[in-house]
Amino acid sequence: MTLHVIWFVLMAALLVGYAILDGFDLGVGILHPLAKDDRERRLFVNAIGPLWDGNEVWLVTFGGALFAMFPEAYATIFSGFYLAFVLLLFALIFRAVSLEFRGKLTSAGWRRAWDWAFFASSLGATALFGVAVGNGIMGVPLDHAGVFRGSLFDLLGPYQVLVGLLSVALFAVHGALFLYLKTDGAVQDRLGQAVWHAWGIFLTLYLLTTIATLTMVPEAAANFQHYPWAGLVVVANVLAIAYVPRALFLRRYGRAFLASSLTIACMVFLFAMAVFPNILLARNDPALSWTIYNAASSEKTLRIGLLIAGIGLPFVLTYTGIVYWTFRGKVELDSHSY
Amino acid sequence: MDVVLLSRIQFALTIMFHYLFPPLTIGMGVVLVYLEGMYLKTREPIYETAARFWTKIFALNFAIGVATGIVMEFEFGTNWAVYSRFVGDVFGSALAAEGIFAFFLESGFLAVLVFGWDRVGPRMHFFSTLMVSLGSIFSSIWIVVANSWQQTPAGHHIVAVGRGGADLLRAEITSFWALVFNPSTVQRLVHVWLAAFVLGAFFIMSISAWYLLKRRHEAFARRSFSGALLLGTVSSVAILLSGHQQGRNVYHYQPAKLAAFEAHFTTGRGDLSIFGLPDEQAGVIRGNVAIPGGLSFLLYDDFSTPVLGLDRIRPEDRPPVLIPFLSYRVMIGLGVGFIALTLLAAILHRRGRLFETRWLLWVFVFAVVGAMVANQAGWAAAEVGRQPWVVQPPVVRGADGEPALDADGYVRYETATVTAPDGTTRQVTAGLKTADAVSEAVSGPQVLGSIALFGVIYLLLGALWLVVLNHKIQTGPEPPHEHGTDDLAGAAGGLVGHRASMTGLRAEES
Repeated sequence: MTLHVIWFVLMAALLVGYAILDGFDLGVGILHPLAKDDRERRLFVNAIGPLWDGNEVWLVTFGGALFAMFPEAYATIFSGFYLAFVLLLFALIFRAVSLEFRGKLTSAGWRRAWDWAFFASSLGATALFGVAVGNGIMGVPLDHAGVFRGSLFDLLGPYQVLVGLLSVALFAVHGALFLYLKTDGAVQDRLGQAVWHAWGIFLTLYLLTTIATLTMVPEAAANFQHYPWAGLVVVANVLAIAYVPRALFLRRYGRAFLASSLTIACMVFLFAMAVFPNILLARNDPALSWTIYNAASSEKTLRIGLLIAGIGLPFVLTYTGIVYWTFRGKVELDSHSY
Repeated sequence: MDVVLLSRIQFALTIMFHYLFPPLTIGMGVVLVYLEGMYLKTREPIYETAARFWTKIFALNFAIGVATGIVMEFEFGTNWAVYSRFVGDVFGSALAAEGIFAFFLESGFLAVLVFGWDRVGPRMHFFSTLMVSLGSIFSSIWIVVANSWQQTPAGHHIVAVGRGGADLLRAEITSFWALVFNPSTVQRLVHVWLAAFVLGAFFIMSISAWYLLKRRHEAFARRSFSGALLLGTVSSVAILLSGHQQGRNVYHYQPAKLAAFEAHFTTGRGDLSIFGLPDEQAGVIRGNVAIPGGLSFLLYDDFSTPVLGLDRIRPEDRPPVLIPFLSYRVMIGLGVGFIALTLLAAILHRRGRLFETRWLLWVFVFAVVGAMVANQAGWAAAEVGRQPWVVQPPVVRGADGEPALDADGYVRYETATVTAPDGTTRQVTAGLKTADAVSEAVSGPQVLGSIALFGVIYLLLGALWLVVLNHKIQTGPEPPHEHGTDDLAGAAGGLVGHRASMTGLRAEES
């Protein structure tokens, strides 16, 4: 493997980490309207209270790593998708402050407003991530300098919107399973029902997206001919999706959560396989695409980055482990909760 | 509409709002470590009460810092794509290191710090506080490294990268450590830390002074004020020394910037202007009150040595003067004020009269605004003084170490020889002008739209921050922690929840 390929794999790994971890807390936001009263809403937000901030750091690090290792792709994507990124930033700002501000005052109107902000921003951010993935698979028109000059509407084709909806359904399943593990009693029963519904919607959208991908962007499957072993991931993906209802039926919710995590990991992997070795495909002329080679920093920087990641990653995993261990078990509301 | 100007306005707006919070976090983090350390050592409940109270306010500041910080990371790409292509290879490593080494550390242990009081023992809690404080300091290291590289680049070379019709340059790393320890990193980092300590200390002294004036939570407020006063006094004095060293360093590596700070238009004896308003067209300071030779003395320990002026900088390379001149003076004026204020308070504290000197406590209630302004003004001077460059090329030096002049008598900036993909070589400047750094694909109306949106959201955020901060201050610290208070708080939370559910029910029925 060359340095460039290693960095592509590492970027995909960061994205897997982000999608699994922030996936469940975005899902909790999407499911927030299911909470019936203030105690339940507090249970929901406190289930992710100590965790969401650290989860979001995976995205920040992904952005930083893209800037560092593939600056040309970072520059083209972030400037070309200007409005989409500004909207994403608003969603992330509102999410952070709605979690932080919600519990600070007891007025019902204050909390109601932040509940809406939390729901809308979680939904919006998830949909935008999905639309971004859809655009990554479809590619965008690039000019000879590798710049994308289009508007938000160029990014909102039917295929991209479909992937956006798929992400919402996926994170809703994932978030519902997480919340199920974190709650008990009546609210847990309601979440048990919600998982089934969310999973049904997800499965429908998954089938639709698969059909749409194979018919509208057949070139996305080209890599599977070069790398037949990648077909195993497709099998793993299908098995993981199918295992969710089985685990639900057997009431093994922990295993169902692992299965939804595996589903997310497989889907990010398939996305990576669809674009490799491009980072941003030029839809008008594939020769103009930003690839892991022409978009990359110098080899020295790639090596320094690898060293930084190699030193840092064990620490990151340790902190993550400590925090998740400290806050294991059912949510308890105390005076420090949101 | 001018995309460059609008993008600069947006960057200034978003970075200045963001930068209200990180120095607070860094400064308060140190105080939190002190309070929890003292609690572990003495087991006096008052320290725990104080740590718990300040942690809540710390968490609030931290959350807004995080929310507005992501904006900064994305903005390099959205608004400054050409800049990102130019600096990605060098700047990106620092940013990635910040993510891996600092952000994970901060965000992970912040969870334990804020939510973990009843879940981990006091030692583990202290350790978490220490890690969050270290994380915020690590974070400042990498971002100051990146910014200092833009001021005094080192450890890289310029290469041409081009595709299609594009002909772009970029800086590539040759030595990571030369990049990290570029000529201004260490001094600027020390200065930024001290400024953050000053702000954190003044923030805590402000709230404590208010409690003392209102005769509320006095024991707690006295303890907090005393701890913060020690940090504030030492930092205020130290920052003057750091600033003096840094001024010399700026003059050596970025003479144009120092000339802008001091509105030193003409090369010759440097007078130190105390008051005045620079007129850039005429090249004079109107209403100038100056110490003759003061600037020469500060830079050379001699009142008559000539100081390089803006007349030695090519007209197209001259920074604007008004903003750097004024903000530099605001920063130094406030800094000197902090020394006077903290020393006076420290003397009164030794004599046991500080907490009875009400007028001085009132000054401390509002002095935190000054500390915020000083932090902002320092950065405004540093960044506007670097213009028109976003990455300033190093000055060429003669054998005597003095800046070399070109045939027209202007200071020479370094150039680089680059080989284009087609094999032709040419000379290019070793820096990047701000005007050339904006995104190719972004238009004026788009940036105007995002400025409007950011403006509205940040106004809202700032107002809410004040509301919640005020609420926390009014509520005050909880009485010393005992078993059972949690259950009470939980019961109270349950009642609140009950009430909300009743109103929710009514809303659904109506």
